[in-house]
Amino acid sequence: MKTLKYISILTIAISIVFTSCKKDPDEEPTPVTPAATTGNLNLHFENKVDTNALVLSTQLYTNANGDTFNVTKFDYYISNIKLLKAGVVKYTETESYHLLKANDLTSLDLSLANVPYDTYDAIQFMIGVDSARNVSGSQTGALDPANGMFWTWSSGYIMLKMEGTSPQSTATSNALLFHVGGFSGVNNTLKTVSPSFNAETAIVSSTITPEIHFAVDLSEMFKNPTTVSFAALNTIHMPGAGAKTVADNYADMFSVEHIHN
Amino acid sequence: MNKRNYISLFSFFVILLVVLQSCHVDPVIKDELPADNIRLIVPAGWPSPEYDFSTNLLTKEGFVLGRKLFYEPKLSRNNTISCGSCHQQFAAFSHLDHKVSHGIDGLLGTRNAPGLFNLNWHTSFMWDGGINHIEVQPLGPIANVVEMDEDINNVVSKLQGDADYRRMFREAFGTETITTQLILKAMAQFQGMLVSYNSKYDRYSRGETSLSTNEMNGLNLFQQKCNSCHTAPLFTNHQFMNNGLDSVFADAGRGRITMLAADSGTFKVPSLRNIALTRQYMHDGRFETLEEVLDHYSSGVVNSSTISADVVGGIPLTAQEKADIISFLKTLSDYTFINDPRFADPF
Repeated sequence: MKTLKYISILTIAISIVFTSCKKDPDEEPTPVTPAATTGNLNLHFENKVDTNALVLSTQLYTNANGDTFNVTKFDYYISNIKLLKAGVVKYTETESYHLLKANDLTSLDLSLANVPYDTYDAIQFMIGVDSARNVSGSQTGALDPANGMFWTWSSGYIMLKMEGTSPQSTATSNALLFHVGGFSGVNNTLKTVSPSFNAETAIVSSTITPEIHFAVDLSEMFKNPTTVSFAALNTIHMPGAGAKTVADNYADMFSVEHIHN
Repeated sequence: MNKRNYISLFSFFVILLVVLQSCHVDPVIKDELPADNIRLIVPAGWPSPEYDFSTNLLTKEGFVLGRKLFYEPKLSRNNTISCGSCHQQFAAFSHLDHKVSHGIDGLLGTRNAPGLFNLNWHTSFMWDGGINHIEVQPLGPIANVVEMDEDINNVVSKLQGDADYRRMFREAFGTETITTQLILKAMAQFQGMLVSYNSKYDRYSRGETSLSTNEMNGLNLFQQKCNSCHTAPLFTNHQFMNNGLDSVFADAGRGRITMLAADSGTFKVPSLRNIALTRQYMHDGRFETLEEVLDHYSSGVVNSSTISADVVGGIPLTAQEKADIISFLKTLSDYTFINDPRFADPF
């Protein structure tokens, strides 16, 4: 009898304790899975210098001014990706911040998720990090300052970073250092671009995950509209006129090579 | 009780213990310093703060972690320099008697370490305003080669390798995976709690005490001659101004950030709260005493291309006026703040 009493107390006590625990009971009924209406769309970026694939360090290139140079680093942000159809934005990627690094091939492939099934005829994105995220305090992921793309003494993201050497550079060790950034006022380097699909389309459907191939031509940093001489411009490490010049140049460095459907 | 009863009783306690543990009881703060009353403070009559923790939930655990990080020398390359090295509580978090501070390996900086308080009301930080948000402010001194000279990636790995920090991050943010973002959020919680609002002047403003005749005269003079830039209640107008120190600028100040000629030689107008506790003075710490500062404004102002109209020709003051203003400035010292055990070094 006494044992029974203990057992009942035990049961009551345990049930009280369990109730007070609130261990997130999974009481939600399993929803009926509706037929999928969204899929993925992949983006592939191929860094180039003119028409040649970018090879870091060992390959020599010539800029529009005739200066020879190599490239040891080529990293840039792409943000705020949108897909359009007939001029209307149909898809906006959430938390759309990507850091593409030439020395990390996996970073050159992006996959957009939850893209509504549709046939898209244009894409739009920003080269760089929008001004809002430049003034919103500590960020993480692609925007983590630990990625080395954030100026700690003059807050703001480095939108694009290219480093290398050129015999024409008058900087120490013939260095080329182009840290391009600036998000406001006269120093704004943000570029929203929409490289042409060249009459092709990207079809997202239950059977197709399209892949858009982009060429990213580094040589565009140094020409059109302003031809850059490395003797005159070889070092940019803050927002300003130099950064603006290079950003105005690289606004057209992305082009769509082809689209796989 | 028979044997079976003992067994049931025993199993009851065993089960209770297991269940209670799985309950995740609130963590016990092991640090000995107090961390009570951790909440957003907006003193009566002050403007709304620019940073109100709405994007960074202020908690006791976050504050305690931020406090430890503030005093943590592991933030520097060779684990010798913490924020607290150059921002001492007894000096209202400035570096007492230092024109400029010595950072890592004894290297000297170029600017005077300012006091740290009421940072939630600022939208720009440092003498040149180069840093635009309280959360990213620590990245500046951590990276600066004459201050802490450390890569934030190394800071993350040093802290990740420390069991005590893993516990504190779990308690503060629910994860043991330490990131730059969480480090900075915690530090912003500590630094945002550094609110100084209990000086004699504040108590006078609240009707809790009165000022002496000299202090009162000083306050009146201050309101006529100083308040346009050092505007109450924060005692700064948050602008960048050239107060006539030099005709040629060794330090471009704000101009270093904007690259605009009009900003060359201008610096952020510092708050005068706790001014008697934070010597030395000016961006380069050139003045040792408040008397020297007032002598400058009275008779030492030099012209330059960007001088503020407010100080052109100086602000002439008699010896008595200077003495009265200094009496008033001393009422801006907040001894409650500099003795608050919540802000002390936990190491």
